[in-house]
Amino acid sequence: MTPSPVQSGPAGSDGDSVVRAHGLTLSFQTADGPVHALSDIDLEIGRGEFVSLIGPSGCGKTTLLRAIADLEQPTGGNLSVNGVPAHEARLARGYGYVFQAPALYPWRTIERNVTLPLEIMGMAAGARREKARDYLELVNLSGFEKKFPWQLSGGMQQRASIARALCFDPDLLLMDEPFGALDEIVRDHLNEQLLQLWAKTQKTVVFVTHSIPEAVFLSTKIVVMSPRPGRIIDVIEADFPRERSLDIRETPEFLEVAHRVREGLRAGHSYDD
Amino acid sequence: MIAVRNPWMMASAILALAALLFPLSAGESALSWSDIPALSVSVLIFAAMSVWLARGALRGLPLGLLLLGAVGLGGGMSLYVLYQAGAGGEAQLGFWLFIFALWTAVWCGLDAISSFRSLNTWAQRLADLLVPLMFGCWLLFLWEVLTVGFGVPQVLLPSPSMIAVRIAGSLDILAADFHQTFIKAVISGYVMGCGSGFAVAILVDRVPFLKRGLLPLGNLVSALPIVGMAPIMVMWFGFDWQSKAAVVVIMTFFPMLVNTVSGLSAAGVLERDLMRSYGARYWQTLFMLRLPAAMPFIFNALKINSTLAMIGAIVAEFFGTPIVGMGFRISTEVGRMNVDMVWAEIAMAALAGSAFYGAMALCERAVTFWHPSYRQRR
Repeated sequence: MTPSPVQSGPAGSDGDSVVRAHGLTLSFQTADGPVHALSDIDLEIGRGEFVSLIGPSGCGKTTLLRAIADLEQPTGGNLSVNGVPAHEARLARGYGYVFQAPALYPWRTIERNVTLPLEIMGMAAGARREKARDYLELVNLSGFEKKFPWQLSGGMQQRASIARALCFDPDLLLMDEPFGALDEIVRDHLNEQLLQLWAKTQKTVVFVTHSIPEAVFLSTKIVVMSPRPGRIIDVIEADFPRERSLDIRETPEFLEVAHRVREGLRAGHSYDD
Repeated sequence: MIAVRNPWMMASAILALAALLFPLSAGESALSWSDIPALSVSVLIFAAMSVWLARGALRGLPLGLLLLGAVGLGGGMSLYVLYQAGAGGEAQLGFWLFIFALWTAVWCGLDAISSFRSLNTWAQRLADLLVPLMFGCWLLFLWEVLTVGFGVPQVLLPSPSMIAVRIAGSLDILAADFHQTFIKAVISGYVMGCGSGFAVAILVDRVPFLKRGLLPLGNLVSALPIVGMAPIMVMWFGFDWQSKAAVVVIMTFFPMLVNTVSGLSAAGVLERDLMRSYGARYWQTLFMLRLPAAMPFIFNALKINSTLAMIGAIVAEFFGTPIVGMGFRISTEVGRMNVDMVWAEIAMAALAGSAFYGAMALCERAVTFWHPSYRQRR
């Protein structure tokens, strides 16, 4: 088996990498024998990058994200986040995680949901309220502080969960198909807003998706993955300007990158047959 | 031929008219309808109104309120026939057909009110309250009419009015019994039983091996027969309320333990991962996520236990008490054939138990307002 080529973006090449994985493997023991969720992953993500992990279901993209978040334990290889092992990065609150579902607590108001991490960190109530106001404004949810999650639409709930992931100002934002459950119009809208947010906050984003247009539209780097065993088969740089609108999806450059992603996904599948 | 839109009202009219053909009572009183002309005229008016309503003249709340009013008057008249005209114990087919006519009218009226829908929350709440209230009143009335009309012996089943008279006449005894059984034994036993069940559940959650060791033990405790435990508790803790509280503790401990343990695993995987991603400690996760998520389960246990505690305390008093307490009173008054006093105690126990349960249900509503089953009302 040939190791995947280590590729890194322009920001990552100067050694300022937020995520660095080398030879990362992760297997689950099941009744039918071990399942190799991740096999020999080499990946470097530089500061300020927007990296998408794309691939068919079962390719390990979510597992890789969860390993970065220290929610899964790798069985081999090295993984460092913010220059320290993933475990320490988690305890240092080094990242904000946005799940597939909003996972807002229904007994808390939107404001108190957003400030949940701050409460855990022991910030004073007054300062928390201020932060909530700022970050709810950032995701265009001002005025909904006192509402409960179930009084908001799905898109608004997911925006609130993004505000929650951002409010303690982590450098790294991990997003696991955050818009997967939303309809396409809301999704487009939130994609645009996410880009603006990224440009404004200068965060590093790792974004899991299975939508090619979404990956190409959002990312500076697209990591194409393939299942059984989960591995990286291509890393594609996409250097569209930081300020971009949905219209770029019609341009030849966009279609070319999308084509390359599609080719990569197809190659991953033919490997299986 | 008239178009019948409401067959129940038509049945009510036919029953009322049929009632006029038969005597009200036999025996010494031997009443016929002609003896009470005002009643006969009222029944005719009632039948005419029923026919009018059967054609669909009124619907919803107006129909319901009109019918309940009419049944109220009719009920009053039937009580007059039983008590003043002396038909008690000798009521005949005419009287019972009239009661049947009222019955169908009540059925129809409650049906109309329960289907009442209004955006005005106060009107809606009032209508929602009226149905169970009126249904309860009707059942009490039926109980009264059946026991008096058939002359049921007081030892078998006293009428509600007799029980009410007994309650009014022995308020001081009832108050003392209530204080002894409910305030002292039930409340303290309930607090200790639920509290220790909750605490042990947290312990079991924190120390995994206890789950295997303590849960079967808790199961064993819940399987203990109360009639076997109560005398032992009396020997251990004496005749006063402490031994009854101990029985209540035994009865309430296990439901609380089991419900809290399963409630603590009710929080979703994502929600737990979220806490983990913030590096939250065990107690933070417990107080911010797992306990709030467990609240519906915990309140289930609190509600179950509120009625179990009443039963436990009353039964335990059968096995030795000072000369006060609800269970003591029931066991002694049964022996003295004072069944009305027994019923007075039963009524008080039912009332106190329901109020206790209701209070817990209200707390539940306030605490778990976010739960899908309560959301829509906010």
